Amino acid sequence: MPEKDNIMDTIAESNKSVVTGIDEKDIEHWIKISILDREYKVPAGLTIMQAMEFAGYRFIRSCGCRAGFCGACSTVYRIEGDYRLKTAMACQTRIEDGMYLTQIPFTPAERANYDINKLSPGIEALLTNYPEILRCLGCNACTKACPQDIDVMEYIAAGKRGDVGLMAELSFDCIQCGLCAIRCPAELAQYNYAQLARRLHGKYQTPAPVYLENRVKEIEHGKFEQDFDKLLKASEEELRKMYTSRDKEKA
Amino acid sequence: MAELKFIGGYPEHMRKFIDVVNKTRPKRKDYTPEAMTMQERDEVLKVHPDYAPGGKRAISIGPNKGDMAPHELADLLEAYPLIESNEIDVTKPDYVVDLLIIGGGLAGTTAAIWANDKGVAKDKILLVNKLRHGDSNSIMAQGGTQAADRENDSPTIHFLDAMGGGHFTNKPDVLRALVEDAPLIIKWLCDLGAMIDREDDGSFVEKAGGGTSRRRMHACKDYTGLEELRVIRDEFRNREIPYLEYLPVVEFLTDGNRVTGAVLYNLETGDYKIVQAKATILATGGFGRLHVRGFPTTNHYGATCDGVVLAYRVGAKLRDTDTVQYHPTGAAYPQQIIGLLLTEKLRSMGAQPVNKDGEAFVFPLEPRDVEMASFIRECYVNEKGIITPTGMRGVWLDTPLIEVKNGEGTIEKSFPGMYRMFNRFDIDIRKDPVLVFPTLHYQNGGVESGPWGKTNIDSLWVAGEVSGGVHGKNRLMGNSTLDCLVFGRRSGISTAEYLKSNPPHGKLTIDHMNNYVKLLKEAGVDTTRKAPVLLPDYRGKAVLARMIDVF
Ligand SMILES: Cc1cc2nc3c(=O)[nH]c(=O)nc-3n(C[C@H](O)[C@H](O)[C@H](O)COP(=O)(O)OP(=O)(O)OC[C@H]3O[C@@H](n4cnc5c(N)ncnc54)[C@H](O)[C@@H]3O)c2cc1C
Ligand code: SF4
Ligand code: SF4
Ligand code: FES
Repeated sequence: MPEKDNIMDTIAESNKSVVTGIDEKDIEHWIKISILDREYKVPAGLTIMQAMEFAGYRFIRSCGCRAGFCGACSTVYRIEGDYRLKTAMACQTRIEDGMYLTQIPFTPAERANYDINKLSPGIEALLTNYPEILRCLGCNACTKACPQDIDVMEYIAAGKRGDVGLMAELSFDCIQCGLCAIRCPAELAQYNYAQLARRLHGKYQTPAPVYLENRVKEIEHGKFEQDFDKLLKASEEELRKMYTSRDKEKA
Repeated sequence: MAELKFIGGYPEHMRKFIDVVNKTRPKRKDYTPEAMTMQERDEVLKVHPDYAPGGKRAISIGPNKGDMAPHELADLLEAYPLIESNEIDVTKPDYVVDLLIIGGGLAGTTAAIWANDKGVAKDKILLVNKLRHGDSNSIMAQGGTQAADRENDSPTIHFLDAMGGGHFTNKPDVLRALVEDAPLIIKWLCDLGAMIDREDDGSFVEKAGGGTSRRRMHACKDYTGLEELRVIRDEFRNREIPYLEYLPVVEFLTDGNRVTGAVLYNLETGDYKIVQAKATILATGGFGRLHVRGFPTTNHYGATCDGVVLAYRVGAKLRDTDTVQYHPTGAAYPQQIIGLLLTEKLRSMGAQPVNKDGEAFVFPLEPRDVEMASFIRECYVNEKGIITPTGMRGVWLDTPLIEVKNGEGTIEKSFPGMYRMFNRFDIDIRKDPVLVFPTLHYQNGGVESGPWGKTNIDSLWVAGEVSGGVHGKNRLMGNSTLDCLVFGRRSGISTAEYLKSNPPHGKLTIDHMNNYVKLLKEAGVDTTRKAPVLLPDYRGKAVLARMIDVF
């Protein structure tokens, strides 16, 4: 059926720019950006990451998930004519004309080693592992730097009060990119403290529900053993029958 | 050409179609199309890239000779190694360990912790990574992890759901391990301190997913993988287990029969390192970056199928190489995020697929392959898709319906990641639908293993997306993060068991590689084709055309 072959070809053709790299002849609008102080002409509308690739960079560092989840592509930039340094994730930020940029592939921030089973959720756990948290000056530079729009200063403040639950909630969207730490005049590693807070909150303040514990015990006691034996012996036809006739809970 | 005019992030011509969606929304609020019958499913699957003609060939050499695979995969299996046998000395190991773990996603990291728990000393373990520890598919999982823990549910129902979703091709004993360990794994996550979404009474928020007959999806907002991975990685760090970054494995070492170590390549400095190990767990994840049939992908930068290629060269058997999972809802607009995932949970919570006439045209939670094929049919057969400025076609995913059904504020609360991603491009998914088209998402098949992750090769285990069998020919959402955790744990335990008998280190050779090269030559394979590919290449065409190699 050649016509269905065509569907696949048509799809491939229309996806070309994201699959094989961008072809100059398809571009109508161009802008100028500067990567590590060298100017490049690149197609308008790309992300910083796509633009760097277009310019000829092949990433080893500073590129992980390409979707805003891993925190590998931390970028510092400035727009021509503006004195302010800004921060962004390269995979999630559209380039602008006159952007001057560099990347920060790694933040050598300190983190503590601890045994989560020996801590309790409160100020003590934070202060024994990270006493420097008290040095926060309340300048808000971290919040301004955060590409995830997290109120970093606020979660640090919660941490200083020992409010592990609030610190956990406020910091939940953290992708551990390190940009807050880079900007902090008190030299803190905010995201590592938040990681500890979230684990404390998850473990001690929201214990596993009873029904989960019960199910684990049922399985340990072999409650489903016989049913599984039957399932494993069933023919494909029998399985199909069971599958199609199974009842469905309302979504 | 005049500049495109944008209204709320969309160009004018697309905006017109959004009005149509808005108009039919009240009617669609209480209407969901019927789920398809088995016959209807078979019919629509004819336009699925796995079943549409072309795109595949029989593998010409190795243990799976004759099996069908996408050209992109077959090309890598039929490819020459990156290293030449005369350029390296494999006999002097730089690292001598008991357990080598390759890949630091959920599977590899979990394996390390459990092996350590079961008695393998921390400095007898080495975890190696191509990118940073955690830059992976795992960290991007949004929707959730399945586990049959509620009273009206059971592991056997979970088993049936996965079997049906996998078209009854799943390996039953391995699938049993998956579903039976699931509650225990959720418990483990809780004990480590993962923040799984809760109702006010402390029970889990549990949603249905495509192809599940019970609500059993455990999520951490739409950052499930991020939360699971960063907690597990934190635990891994606390134990001070050694790890290396930007040092991918480019070849295994064997003593002729079993895997005895590996060759690492330093991506930055270009030199190689030799690891000697008694047992190896392969956890390198999937192959989205191969862009099978020209599809965009949801996968991370390093998802290039390396593990399958390496294992195949030492004689590991593969399974289900003929199917690929496409996620129905990849972003089709704007250009900057094409291919990125819009979690299935959006549909679990009420978002409907809608065509250009504003009609809900398919049951929103069909198994993935059926759902995605129905989108292709709507766009390319029924001609009811919307065309973007870059020429892509897509259908709407009506996200505002989520708030109509669950109340205002639901989107920001349940989908902060999604909301943020579109907001960066001026699109407000609370008010406007988003355009979607299928995207390459998951490697269904892979290296075959038993219920403890052991392959047919002595001293080689696999865990996670690189493995094949547990999901058969199609995986259900929420079963692969689970797969990584369950078989990460199992392979960790199983290797620890194996190491207890204190097996000797084996000889380090590349005999298997030389044998494979002989086969390639006999088969007349194009000698310029090399694998593993390690990283994709998206450099601009103009730059590539003028590349010179001077060093
Ligand atoms: C966007 C997205 C959303 C998803 N959502 C869900 C969901 O909601 N629920 C669900 O259950 N599943 C989901 N999945 C699937 C699931 O996340 C993955 O299948 C799973 O996490 C894979 O884990 P893994 O540990 O096997 O591999 P990965 O997490 O990919 O880790 C493999 C690691 O190995 C590294 N590596 C690769 N090659 C080499 C080499 N040669 N040497 C050394 N290291 C190497 C990689 O760089 C990577 O870091 C999703 C996947 C994606 C991409
Ligand atoms: S809190 Fe810090 S590390 Fe976390 S995302 Fe924000 S800037 Fe990055
Ligand atoms: S940048 Fe540092 S000092 Fe300033 S508010 Fe944030 S944590 Fe405190
Ligand atoms: S590459 Fe992962 S956040 Fe940008």
